[in-house]
Amino acid sequence: MSFWATLGLQVVAVLAVMLGLALVTIYAELKISAHMQSRIGPYYAGGRWGWAQPLADGLKFLQKEDLVPRLADSTVYRLAPYVVIVAALAVWVVIPFGPSLVVRDLDLGAFYVLAVSSLSTLGVLMAGWASANKYSLIGGLRAAAQLIAYELPLLLAVLAVVVQAGTMSLSEIVAVQAEPWFVVAGVPISAPFIVKGQIIGFTIFMIAAIAELSRIPFDMPIAESELTMGYLTEYSGIRFTMFFLGEYASMVAMSAIAATLYLGGYALPGVPAATLNVVGPFVLLGKVALLVFLMIWFRWTWPRLREDQLQAMAWRWLIPLGLLNIVLAGIFKVVL
Amino acid sequence: MLNAYFGDYITVAVFMAVGALLVAGAIFASSLIAPRRPGGFKEVVYESGIEPIGGGWNQSHIRYYVFALLFLIFDVEAIFMFPWAIRLDFFAEAGLGITVLVEMIVFVVVLVLGLLYALAKGVLRWE
Repeated sequence: MSFWATLGLQVVAVLAVMLGLALVTIYAELKISAHMQSRIGPYYAGGRWGWAQPLADGLKFLQKEDLVPRLADSTVYRLAPYVVIVAALAVWVVIPFGPSLVVRDLDLGAFYVLAVSSLSTLGVLMAGWASANKYSLIGGLRAAAQLIAYELPLLLAVLAVVVQAGTMSLSEIVAVQAEPWFVVAGVPISAPFIVKGQIIGFTIFMIAAIAELSRIPFDMPIAESELTMGYLTEYSGIRFTMFFLGEYASMVAMSAIAATLYLGGYALPGVPAATLNVVGPFVLLGKVALLVFLMIWFRWTWPRLREDQLQAMAWRWLIPLGLLNIVLAGIFKVVL
Repeated sequence: MLNAYFGDYITVAVFMAVGALLVAGAIFASSLIAPRRPGGFKEVVYESGIEPIGGGWNQSHIRYYVFALLFLIFDVEAIFMFPWAIRLDFFAEAGLGITVLVEMIVFVVVLVLGLLYALAKGVLRWE
């Protein structure tokens, strides 16, 4: 197949996966949240269990008038959702779903993920600034401060994995985790990085990832009770939907990256390597579903942090811990 | 072949373009069926129901710029650490593992001292 035909197929497949998973995640969040609060949740749309609720919501948003405040910086205001969606989609280029099921196995994979996912900070800051609304401005500034503060623990956690794996390509990181770790009675046992000494790294990564996604307990930028909707206050209709979609698409992408870096990605101990191109995507989806469920669970477990507590947690605890984790990974690599 | 060399760049560029097209398409579809009656109070920014006092870009107390400075330091440091992390294997096999590791530990300790200084200056103490 020619380069362009392959690329076209890949784009369609990734779009389908991203939008499909985002819709499923929105539905899961509605339903799981409801059950955690002894409610039933969506019930009517689609006829059974309200399965069509996300679609119905999307269709409704589509019919809403698209408002731009008179005093807003119109160009930047209109551009912000583009930046967020572009960043959310571009991350998927390097996520491996199987040994040969990856759009592009970039050598810089892990670095690329960090670079692209921090692009959405720009979109959020643009949205907050351009709205010409005080709530939006405060929300945008909070978001920027939060995203840069938690960018560092995320980066340090990934660095420790890179030290251990000796590569930044996500496919190779999965391959390293699938290699036999030790042999018991002739049976090679492999283990993901979370078992092989990256448990601290995984914890830091998940905390930082939830903060990067601005989810509760780190949702100061859109704290409803004080900032209405933060940087999204002025957005309505389809532009708001784009931010919403981007948020859930990044949530799934972040979970997929965590699964790839720490939980062995598409590989599962006991699944023969020859079948991974078929079974692999489902293994990865299972791990992603687990992590997404964790994030939804956290949302209904912890109260929101105060802004200075949030900064203190990143600078006082996560960053020193992340540095220590890298040093430990280096010592294990060199000495052992 | 051009694609063999630039394939990575082209792929990323195409994905970004498709992301932008997705938003443009959604906004276009919305513009076909959504009502459009500009003017009136709906174009005034929301301020809990009262008319906004002053502009949206009023002076506001930005306490975050110190964090931006700190971030810059650590971000640059991370750029140094990525190549180190990749080559650690190579140096370990050449018998230089301990040296390279100690060098990076010294580097990290200097950075941590900087962070401790910032904390001691009260960056995280908010009144």
